[in-house]
Order: sequence, then structure tokens, then C-alpha cells
Amino acid sequence: MIEVKNLTKYFGAKKAVDNISFTVEKGEILGFLGPNAAGKSTTMRMITGFIPPSDGTAVIGGADILTDAVAARKKIGYLPENAPVYPDMTVYGYLDFCAEVRGFSGENRKKKVEEALEKCFLNEVKFQTISTLSKGFKQRVCFAQSIIHDPEYLILDEPTDGLDPNQKHEVRLLIRKMSADKAIILSTHILDEMDAVCSRAIIIAKGRIVADETPFNLRTRSSLHGAVSLTLPPTDTEKFISCIRGIKGVKEVRIIEKEADTLKVRIYPENAYTPIVNGVVTALSDHHYEIKTIFVEQGRLDEVFRELTV
Amino acid sequence: MEIKESANNIKAIFRREIGGYFGSPVAYVFIVIFLMLMGFFTFYISRFFEVGQADLRNFFEWHSWIFMFLVPAVAMRLWAEERRMGTLELILTFPVTVADVILGKFLAAWVFIGIALFLTFPMVITVAYLGSPDTGPVICGYIGSFLSAGAFLSVGIMTSSFTRSQVISFIVSVVLCLFFILAGYPPVTEMLSGWAPIWLVNLVSSLGFLSHSVSIERGVLDFRDLLYYFSIIFFMLFANGIVIQNRRT
Repeated sequence: MIEVKNLTKYFGAKKAVDNISFTVEKGEILGFLGPNAAGKSTTMRMITGFIPPSDGTAVIGGADILTDAVAARKKIGYLPENAPVYPDMTVYGYLDFCAEVRGFSGENRKKKVEEALEKCFLNEVKFQTISTLSKGFKQRVCFAQSIIHDPEYLILDEPTDGLDPNQKHEVRLLIRKMSADKAIILSTHILDEMDAVCSRAIIIAKGRIVADETPFNLRTRSSLHGAVSLTLPPTDTEKFISCIRGIKGVKEVRIIEKEADTLKVRIYPENAYTPIVNGVVTALSDHHYEIKTIFVEQGRLDEVFRELTV
Repeated sequence: MEIKESANNIKAIFRREIGGYFGSPVAYVFIVIFLMLMGFFTFYISRFFEVGQADLRNFFEWHSWIFMFLVPAVAMRLWAEERRMGTLELILTFPVTVADVILGKFLAAWVFIGIALFLTFPMVITVAYLGSPDTGPVICGYIGSFLSAGAFLSVGIMTSSFTRSQVISFIVSVVLCLFFILAGYPPVTEMLSGWAPIWLVNLVSSLGFLSHSVSIERGVLDFRDLLYYFSIIFFMLFANGIVIQNRRT
């Protein structure tokens, strides 16, 4: 378990991280979201012991990062922002160095390096000098470094930054595969990524936690959640709106788009937790409206994100 | 257990750093220039052949001056480069202590300079061929030279930890090394003795390399001289640790 207790960081007079506390259990993938400069990286740097907190601490599997730093760091795999690597080393040499520092020797070290190369699809560039690699490869080399010792706790600062969509997909699969017996914190500002990977999301803004929920629950905060979007053939909008207004539980109807051959409308419920779609369908078929498409909105994360962080 | 782990960490960092030197042109440029300068000063400036003495005093007296420029060039990358590339974040979040990293880096650079120093062995062969030099002063000369390189190196690694710019590290470190060389020279002590209290004059002149290297080059390995070099090294590495631990980013 990673316990973050009242972490606070001042840079000069500026409070970059303001009293952040949370815990992450094994099996969880915690998404750490926030706008740029919200304090994501600073928080992660404090959890990994790279910069000392101004106040508070983090306990990694029972080892306090301030008083028992080396023991705590042994349990952590860390992928820093921008994936720092030694450009003058080969991929193999770099991972071999990382494994050596992690205390592996001999055959065992070789095995660990090979495994990491395999998992991160690096075999084709194994003996290439890192400076000759593309951004995506560098990112994966650094990622390989963070999992080489099969750590119980993984802290990944923007793990898919700079990867193409296929590579993003692979890395996300890998993260999910590993999550069963690890506690993982990953930061991102890509909302889809959080949605695809994380079991829980913490949103921070201006150094404070503003939300700590599952991605699904975050969506329900959206005003769009539970709304019904419809497309119909062109019709008399006045009559249509009054028909919809009569349905129980409907708060509002909005015309989204009106074109020559289609009409797009969105119907908002009074209460997001009482579904209105049945009522809408019944009312429309009673009045012989033809429905082209119908869709129940889940809520949009970007809207929630904006609301929480701006 | 902890000592064993520490030793393993130091070894890993040592291997990486020394590999870094020999994997890049730095090592070869350094060694070639070092050997060329050594030859130039010894043969042309000190007129080794004309003096007609089969000893290496003229050879060793230049070492401090050449090291003053070359050792900071070796040391400047040790921390500054890690800062610039962001790998500082990597290495300081490994399960290693700052002391492990400093020692690994320092020893790697010191051994590297030791290798360059070792490659001056043709000088020894030349002298041994021309006459029969005392082995004592030769061995002590090398030891003293190696120690002063270590002291300069500790200054260089310390200044390297301050900045992400290798140039700044280099310049500051050359100036500090120059101070250590000049502190013992009569013109400096005379300049000071005009106004400074006597204890300060003594302090400054005893901080200088001169008095220590002179006695070592004569073939006398005094415990106090060794203590002098090792305390400079210890102090500088300690300061380096404090700088790294208290950096802002």
C-alpha cells in the first residue's frame, strides 16, 4: 500500500502541493490528473523521494520515504517525466546498469534485463545506442527500467507521452496486465487514457485534490450524464418540443443541430439517476415520430475536468 | 549487509562512469593532450636533457599546473550532465544513497586520471635508461601527483553539483584549483602578510599544495601531507553531498 500523508511542497513562497493525502492499494491503478503545473509531477517526485516534502510524508509498503528512503525506493519502480535515459549507453547496457543498481547479479541480472526487453518490445534495438533512438523507444527504454525489478509499487509520470497510438495501446495493456499484484500510480493529462486504464482517478488543481473517484462516477458529475441524444428526420420543432416536455422527468430539450434532412436534439433529465430513455421512446412512438438514432450519454470527462480545474 | 549493498552500488556507478569516459572521445582527447603537455613542459620548458640530471623533478613540478586545467574538464560532467539530462531524477530515486553515487563517480574519475598518469611511464623508463634515479622520489612523486589530482577532482565534482552548466562548473573549479596552487607561493603570502593577521597567512599558506607537494616530491611521505590531501577530498565530497541533498529541483 502507498500511503500519502499530508504532502505539502513550497517552492519559495509558492505552494505547489497543498496537503495532499490518499492511499493506493495493490490491484488499483490510480490515475493522477490535472492541468499542467497542477502539482502532479511534484507530488510524484516527493513520493519517490527525489525532492523532500516541505511537510508530510509518504509510506511505501511500510517504509517511510523520509526515514527509510533506501528500503522504500527498493519497492518502487519509477518512470520520471520525460523519461530520462543515458544517451551514450546502449539499451542493453543501460538496463544492465539499472538491474545492477537494483542489486541483481550474474545470470539473474541477465534474465531480468532480457525479460524487461521482451516486455517493452525492445529486442530489435537491444544493442543500439540510446541517443539514436526515437522518442517512443526512449520512453519504452525508461519504462523497462522502471519494471525491471518487478516492483510492488509503480509510479509512472506520463507513461505514454510521445508514443504513437499503437504503442500507447501496448503500454496500456502492459500496465493493466501488471496491475493485479501491484499498486500503480500514473499521471496523465489525457482523459481517454485515464478512462481506459485507471480504476480510480484523482484530479488535482492548484496543488489540491478536487476529486477522488472512479472514472465512471466522475462522468456522472457531467451535466450530460443521462441525457438522451436523438436524431430524427426533419419535423415541426415546436410540436416536437412540446411533446417531449410532456414526458415525466424531462428537464430540458435542446436543439443541437437543424439541417435539411436531419434534426439533432438532446433531452436532459431532471435527475441523472432516473433514466428517461424509456419514457422518451414511448412518447415518440405514440406520436409516430421516426427515430434515426438514439443514444444515452454517459457524461463527458473533459467537461467534468474543466469544471473541476478551471 | 548494508556495506555490501553500498559496495555493490558504488561498483555499479563506477562501472557506468568509467564506461562513459572510454565510450566517448573525452577519454582519448584527455589522455593524448595530457601526455603531449607533459612532454612539452618537461622537455622544452624545463629542458630535461640539458639539465643533465637523471631524476623526474622537472617532470613532476608541472603536474599540478596541468591538472589544474585538465582535471576540472574531467570532473565537470559528473553532476552537471545528470542535471541537464534529467537522469539525476533517475539515479537519486534508485535504492542508493547520495554517498554511494558520489563515491562511485569520484572513484571512476580518479581511476581514469590514474590511468592517464600511468601512461607517462615512458618518462620513468627514459630516466632509468639515462641514469640511475632514486626510486623513492619517483614513487612518491607519482603518489603525490595522484593525490593532488584527487584533490582537484574533489573540487571539480563539488562545483559540478552546483550547476547544470558544465562551463560554469569548469571555470569555478579552475579558479578554486588555482587558489590551492597559489596559496603557498611566496608572492601570495607576502601580499597577505602586509595586512592580514599572522594566523590567516599561515592558514592560507598551509592550505596551498606547494608545501605538501614539495616534501612528497623529495621522497618523504609524511602522514600530515596524506592527511592534508585526504581531508581536502573528504571536505569537498561532503560539501558535494550537502549540495545534492539540498538542491531545489
